[in-house]
Amino acid sequence: MAQNGQPNRLFRNLNAKLAAVPMVLTTLVVFVGGTLWTVLYSFTNSKLLPRETFVGFDQYARLWSNSRWLTSIENLLIFGVCSLIFTLVIGFLLAVLLDQKIRFEDTFRTIMLYPFALSFIVTGLVWQWILNPDFGIQSVVRNLGWTSFTFNPLNDQSIVIYGLLIAGLWQGTGFVMCLMLAGLRGIDEDIWKASRVDGIPAWKTYLFIVIPMMRPVFITTLVIIAAGIVKLYDLVVAQTSGGPGNSSQVPAMYVYDYMFQAQNLGQGFAASSMMLLSVLIVLIPWAYLEFGGKKHG
Amino acid sequence: MKTYTLAALLASVALPGMAMAEELEVTHWWTSGGEAAAVAEFAKAFDATGNKWVDGAIAGGGDTARPVMISRITGGDPMGATQFNHGQQALELVEAGLMLDLTEIAERDHWRDFIYPPSLLDSCTVDGRIYCVPVNIHSPEWLWLSNKAYADAGIPVPTNWSEFVASAPALEAAGKLPLALGNQPWQSNLAFGAIAVAIGGLDLWKSINIDKNMEAAAGPEMLKVFEAAAEARALAANSTVQDWNQATNLVLTGEAGGQIMGDWAQGEFSIAGKVAGVDYTCLPGLGVNEYISTGGDAFYFPKLDDPAKEAAQLELASVMISQQAQVAFNLKKGSLPIRGDIDLSAANDCMKKGLEILAAGNVVPSGDQVWSPDTQTQVEDLMVEFFKSPDMTPADAQARWVEILSANI
Repeated sequence: MAQNGQPNRLFRNLNAKLAAVPMVLTTLVVFVGGTLWTVLYSFTNSKLLPRETFVGFDQYARLWSNSRWLTSIENLLIFGVCSLIFTLVIGFLLAVLLDQKIRFEDTFRTIMLYPFALSFIVTGLVWQWILNPDFGIQSVVRNLGWTSFTFNPLNDQSIVIYGLLIAGLWQGTGFVMCLMLAGLRGIDEDIWKASRVDGIPAWKTYLFIVIPMMRPVFITTLVIIAAGIVKLYDLVVAQTSGGPGNSSQVPAMYVYDYMFQAQNLGQGFAASSMMLLSVLIVLIPWAYLEFGGKKHG
Repeated sequence: MKTYTLAALLASVALPGMAMAEELEVTHWWTSGGEAAAVAEFAKAFDATGNKWVDGAIAGGGDTARPVMISRITGGDPMGATQFNHGQQALELVEAGLMLDLTEIAERDHWRDFIYPPSLLDSCTVDGRIYCVPVNIHSPEWLWLSNKAYADAGIPVPTNWSEFVASAPALEAAGKLPLALGNQPWQSNLAFGAIAVAIGGLDLWKSINIDKNMEAAAGPEMLKVFEAAAEARALAANSTVQDWNQATNLVLTGEAGGQIMGDWAQGEFSIAGKVAGVDYTCLPGLGVNEYISTGGDAFYFPKLDDPAKEAAQLELASVMISQQAQVAFNLKKGSLPIRGDIDLSAANDCMKKGLEILAAGNVVPSGDQVWSPDTQTQVEDLMVEFFKSPDMTPADAQARWVEILSANI
């Protein structure tokens, strides 16, 4: 309909742009504004109420000399690396198995995805009981006759984080499997036919052809898992409440406890700014890979 | 339609001001059976004055409820009255001018003459003005012992902490857990606090926590306290429960010898139909130094900018502190009253022990009264680490403890 050549780019799809204004404003004011405010006040000595008394990097110095925070970071690293590797590997393997045109695929997919429908609170409580030595796995195996069997991860400081990991994997793997399955279904049938004609074994096809083609799916999954790891909170609260001792603390719990229980906003803000930093460390390479790469390709 | 909405809106704004009886929303975290029954006594007494108590119970305990209360007050949606533990939890809210000044009625009714111990009123006082009504005293320094566990082990029930420690091998031989201790951080901190008053004694406690004497905190007397705590740690090494009432349950059923817990544990024993002195034994101050600390609950009244509501708030304050309400409330709650001039003859044995100690004046201020929540949380972090890490030496823990306290003087 445009008669005078190119219409002004600004006014193209005007309705859509107007409709997006509230969301854009929300993002700018609530998310970006709130983030900047938090980072700014992490340099103050705010207690219960925000105060503009700047103390430089004092809150950060205190944060990084606090043994509970250091334990939290260490736990997050162990949990993060293990959960990233295991959810990706197990999720992909399950997806491949489901992709073999088996019978009752829908049923299996529902079963695998079911834990994802449960909240972390429920997951945490369920696994707290399953791993409880008096009621759970240990007592079941002992009743079967192996009386010396010991499996009590939630009360052992050195392995409690793996008790959390089991629950986290149980909850999250099904979802990753579904993402992977969608990716596998997106691979053209012809590629499979071609590799079969060339006599390439199926595992090689997966490893060297299918996985490289699924790169976008992998990157999206990676970001979803990584974001979930950084904000890990409710699972720990429900399953161990950070114990025994401080051995299963995570950064998000530190932030909450110091902001609200200790009434020390400055310290909580400093900790949450460090969490933001760790999210950025994950997000920036991803954004670079996703959006930066396309221009060249 | 529009005019109708407008009229309704106007009415909703105007009506509360015109009504005679005022509705006051009262927030608190008393949700267990005994607690709810106790708070209902306050509601009944307040309703009898012609006003209306709107109950705003927040489930999940103080750590969950306080952030909700604080954000409502700071966010411009204040309630009529709210519970806090007396001490420094609401200090900044008072300093920011968000709380109603109760000094006038406190002077009119001579609160200072009957509130006992007077330190309760001191923790409500900021710059000479009174901002809260203390309603009860809860003390954490109690050792609860299971008579059944000791009968099973064939030894007499200990009468103090050192006998308790000495009896541990016999209990273990009988397949019992000597000391039940929940995994939540505050429970380790509570146990340490009780041991500190019992082993270290009152003078040491006061010089560290009130006079902030850091040399005493780093001294050999305090090291003994940490060593005693390490003994308690060894006794509780096989305790795997999370919540305090699960730990109390172990004592109740005779599976554990004892538990260090506040006087609120009494509620669990009485609900289970156990009798003090027959089924269980209570040792205030761990049976060594019979001191109890005067922590507890207080009510604050946020400013509402409405004279009618303000009058109702003041009325509620007088109701809470009145003799009848204090008796009815504290008997249900199992806590000690804040007045020295009332008769609690219906109290059970353990409560009576507490009342005697109170009457003798053997009281110490609670941690909430002398340290900020920030310091308290850091100490809590340290204590739970100490109680759950068998390889952390008492000297190391003491050094870190002194470090936390000296950074916050």
